[in-house]
Amino acid sequence: MWSLSPVEIDIVLLSLKVAACCVLVLLLPAIAMAWLLARKQFWGHAVVDALVHLPMVLPPVVLGYMLLVLLGRRGWIGSWLYEQFHIQLTFHWWGAVIASAVMAFPLMVRAIRQALMQVNPLLEQAAQTLGATPIKTFFSITLPLSYHGVLTGGILAFSRSLGEFGATITFAGNLEGETRTLPLAIYSLTQSPEGDAAALRLVILSVLVSVFALLASQWLERRLLRSQR
Amino acid sequence: MFTVDIQIQQPYAASTAFNLQASFALAPGQCLGIMGASGSGKTTLLHSIAGLLMPSSGVIRSGDHLWFDHKQAIQLPPWQRPVGLVFQDGRLFPHMSVEQNLRYGMPAGMARIVLPEVVDVLAIQPLLKRKPSQLSGGEKQRVAIGRALLRQPSVLLMDEPLSGLDDQLKQQVLPYIKQVIATFGLPTLYVSHVGDEVAEVADEVLTLAQGVLRQVVD
Repeated sequence: MWSLSPVEIDIVLLSLKVAACCVLVLLLPAIAMAWLLARKQFWGHAVVDALVHLPMVLPPVVLGYMLLVLLGRRGWIGSWLYEQFHIQLTFHWWGAVIASAVMAFPLMVRAIRQALMQVNPLLEQAAQTLGATPIKTFFSITLPLSYHGVLTGGILAFSRSLGEFGATITFAGNLEGETRTLPLAIYSLTQSPEGDAAALRLVILSVLVSVFALLASQWLERRLLRSQR
Repeated sequence: MFTVDIQIQQPYAASTAFNLQASFALAPGQCLGIMGASGSGKTTLLHSIAGLLMPSSGVIRSGDHLWFDHKQAIQLPPWQRPVGLVFQDGRLFPHMSVEQNLRYGMPAGMARIVLPEVVDVLAIQPLLKRKPSQLSGGEKQRVAIGRALLRQPSVLLMDEPLSGLDDQLKQQVLPYIKQVIATFGLPTLYVSHVGDEVAEVADEVLTLAQGVLRQVVD
């Protein structure tokens, strides 16, 4: 009963691939946005802050629809992408990555921003008197001292991506082997009369994958903490 | 010769505008002590020399190099000024070992002040592999001095380096500071609110009060 079928293995691998790519895609923009919001005061700061947090309060389906309008095959940017480069994001697993990345962006920014705000700016000042340019200061002092925020943000984004449903199904579709991640597969199975047992197996699998991801991240955090002491 | 001739005006609040005028020259190996009460502008002066604050007017020059000239609109950023600034609290980087802290500001290529000599003068060899959290207050300040020296500075700026230490630790660290000044021959500016401490280290002592530097001891 507990051996996985090839279809189930594909679903799990696809979900992990989408979640991992979501974290990688978000890493740089989330760090840059967190730094901007934590360290810079500029006109429109509050508006940018609100826009970043918008995905947390909007229904995921609404975001999925907005992505469709923007990046869909006939969307404002999507049509250009298709005409110029033959790139189509809908019904493609990269579409699922983008949908979950949009949903996870505010979670990652919040975690990194809070960590950046805890870094003592006087240490950055000291680094600059030691010849470090602002870029060197950021990568050698600020970022290493806020690693826990980056890690927490990464875990939150990964978990959010594993559980993402509404934006993904609206934007990327529910295509078996391409965009059908764990939540979408569970949903599809619950729609068929004989799918309850298979859905339950995937639910258990989901829980196990999530718990494993959390334990792995806690282990990684402990290791990083030990190396910095 | 390192020369400073600056005016600093900072309107902290309408009622407490801060004005400071400082003019002095430092020869290699000379240590100038500046004494003043808390809030007199000692740290502001050092931060202005280091480029962390911008003076309102004047000139800061290290040999032929202009670091700041208000009239010519020259204002080198802190990372382009070879200063060795020792902060009150050391400000060691907590995620780096002592050795990594020491090497942080070392420029690539030939160096006049080298790591083994600094480690030897400050007696910090046994500390190299430790993290700052594993050091005593006196050890932290010795490492901070070493780190500032390895930056290959044109001028050494010490901002109350002993203020966070108890009397016993002060007496332990003070000989190291005198040894550093004697060994490396850098123009040094030593700032403190404790007169005895400044007198023990410096060749000449000025007091900073009401924003003006005055000579008290030769």
